[in-house]
Amino acid sequence: MTRNKKTGIFTGTVLGLAVAISPFTYADNHPIRIAYIEPLSGPFANVGDAGLKHFRFAAEKINEDGGIMGRDVEIVAMDNKQSPSESVQLVQRAVDDGIPFVTQGNGSNVAGAMVEAVDRNNRRNSDNKVLYLNYAAVDPALTNERCSFYHFRFDASSAIKLEALTNYMKTKDDAIDDIFLINMDYSHGQFISKRMKELVGEKNLDAEIVGDVLHPIGQVRDFAPYVSRIQQSGADTVISGNWGNDLSLLVRAIDSAGVDVNIYTYYGGGLGTPAAVGPSGEDKLYQISEWHADVNVDEGHTEYEKWFQEFKSRYPEIDWYYHRIYNQMHMLKNAVEKAGSTDSDAVAKALEGMTFQSQTGQITMRAKDHQILQPMYISIMDTDAKYDADNSGVGFRTIAKIPVEQATDETSCNMKRP
Amino acid sequence: MLDIIAYSILNGVLYGMLLFMMSSGLTLIFGMMGVLNFAHASFYMLGAYFAYTVGLATGFWIALFLAPILVGVLGAGVERYGLRRVHQFGHVPELLFTFGLAYVIEELVALFWGTVPVPYRMPDILDFTVFTMAGLDYSAFKVFILGVSIFMFAGLWILLKKTRAGLIIQGSLSRPDMVSALGHNVPMVFTLVFAFGCALAGLGGVVGGIQFVTDPGMAFMMGPIVFVVVVLGGLGSVPGALIASLLIGILQTFFLSINFSLAGSIGTLGIESGGFFGTLWHMEATRLAPVLPYLLLVLTLIVRPRGILGKREA
Repeated sequence: MTRNKKTGIFTGTVLGLAVAISPFTYADNHPIRIAYIEPLSGPFANVGDAGLKHFRFAAEKINEDGGIMGRDVEIVAMDNKQSPSESVQLVQRAVDDGIPFVTQGNGSNVAGAMVEAVDRNNRRNSDNKVLYLNYAAVDPALTNERCSFYHFRFDASSAIKLEALTNYMKTKDDAIDDIFLINMDYSHGQFISKRMKELVGEKNLDAEIVGDVLHPIGQVRDFAPYVSRIQQSGADTVISGNWGNDLSLLVRAIDSAGVDVNIYTYYGGGLGTPAAVGPSGEDKLYQISEWHADVNVDEGHTEYEKWFQEFKSRYPEIDWYYHRIYNQMHMLKNAVEKAGSTDSDAVAKALEGMTFQSQTGQITMRAKDHQILQPMYISIMDTDAKYDADNSGVGFRTIAKIPVEQATDETSCNMKRP
Repeated sequence: MLDIIAYSILNGVLYGMLLFMMSSGLTLIFGMMGVLNFAHASFYMLGAYFAYTVGLATGFWIALFLAPILVGVLGAGVERYGLRRVHQFGHVPELLFTFGLAYVIEELVALFWGTVPVPYRMPDILDFTVFTMAGLDYSAFKVFILGVSIFMFAGLWILLKKTRAGLIIQGSLSRPDMVSALGHNVPMVFTLVFAFGCALAGLGGVVGGIQFVTDPGMAFMMGPIVFVVVVLGGLGSVPGALIASLLIGILQTFFLSINFSLAGSIGTLGIESGGFFGTLWHMEATRLAPVLPYLLLVLTLIVRPRGILGKREA
């Protein structure tokens, strides 16, 4: 008897689970699926995993509010192992599965390969097109010479970040005289090194580039020699597009040597850096970003603060970091509703030129090159911030909000439209 | 200029001593068992994580001693219940075993401590500047690292050269059969040396984790370079490892600190910065620095395969 009962419970559980995970449960609901193509294994798995949690959370919130046209949003996670060729195959798999949207952001080399894959598919396979939503790859080429009708970027491109940064520098010329550029030796860092030198002349900045170093990615353990060069150059400002450990080690080495410089970064607020840097970056480490946690406090976005807290209680080890994922998901929702379907051409047309009232202000998807234009924030690391990043004890305080017209650039994009 | 060079040497020595702490254990293990222990840097990582976790409860100073002991115990377990069983199938399975182990440890660390770096910091008592040179501070913690590593080298040297245990270890390194025939338990010596080597790496991790970043990628970052040190210094030679570490540390730091290219110092001599030779001629020293240790590795294997102070061929 007991045995039968146990078997019964077991069968029931298995049946229940099978029903729960089977596609039939959703059959009358037809979720709108988005393929999330990022590294979910290997050395960058933490970054890919954090992004996935952001997307899943945003999708869940949208679903609670009734989804998109009554349909649920579902994020389909795909592991590209940070490899461009794997990503191209995954785009194909998404197409084969009938998924209308792919999203990716880590690595401009991956993004470049995906733009090509999406374009190729949409040219050859017009019944089964796919739209590529880029939430983090900042290579300016993606919205200039390599721009595509099927690619939309929700992060500020590297060119726009530098534009905003130099516009800000112009307003406080007295503190910035000698700039040292230190960047990773690949397209991302090379662009910053090249463009920054041009901008100093173009903007008539009362400053001078006193040093420019490119170092190999992820191989430098001891930044002390670089710091000694920064010190020799007499720089008062360091600009770096470094991310991850390459940024953490740099900031810590500067702090340890007691060199008095301000460090302007793209990624000082995320990807493990606040935890690794800790209080040694206080009043020294700046970041330029589209948002940071204390913006909610400063500008009184209580709803969004609740969103942030709810994310934190769900995933205590990380923080809501990608405001652009919020923007991207909501703009996609609006676009699909405006288009009335998930058809790629229709959604892309709806997204073009679309404006959205984000917490930080009105943001626009520029029709010409599909680059988002949004206000940017320059913030500085601060132990007194209300919200610390990744439980590090340090958060960020806004130094300046760059209005959207100061955070824009020219584009050479001349895309083919269907 | 002179003070900048002096500061660079100090930094190079520091980096070299950290390398030495990691590679001294490996050179013993490698020299004795002939196994390239790919997981060695993982024990370095475990040292950092253990010290962080233990330190939360006991403070840094107790963790400084406890963490390497924990790592050593773990190393003994790995040797006794893993490596020794695989040993009978030859060197290749051993190699594959350590290779797999490195990944297992990395994933376990990510599982237990998360993928974000842990806030492992130096104790407040060492958080001050000892002296300033060329406008750059030299922190007390760096001096402390130097002290620990010198102490470690001295201890290791005395152990190997002046004690009976060291005699048996040295014997087992070169003539295991003979040592066994004399009635010593050679497998036991192997286990102890492996555990001891891991503990040394762990000690390197305790201080290295603070100096650099404590995250699951730290083993992967340090892995290749310790092999260079071992081969360059000579298998099984602790003084060789010391010389090789310092050489790599100082050379690399120098190449990075000083802006130098052949074209810049000798003159372009009409050589364009294109083509194979032109690229080399105009290459800045900073871009050459990361290749340097591996260049040394390749050259050592070609010119002097037994390394600086080694007695056997690699």
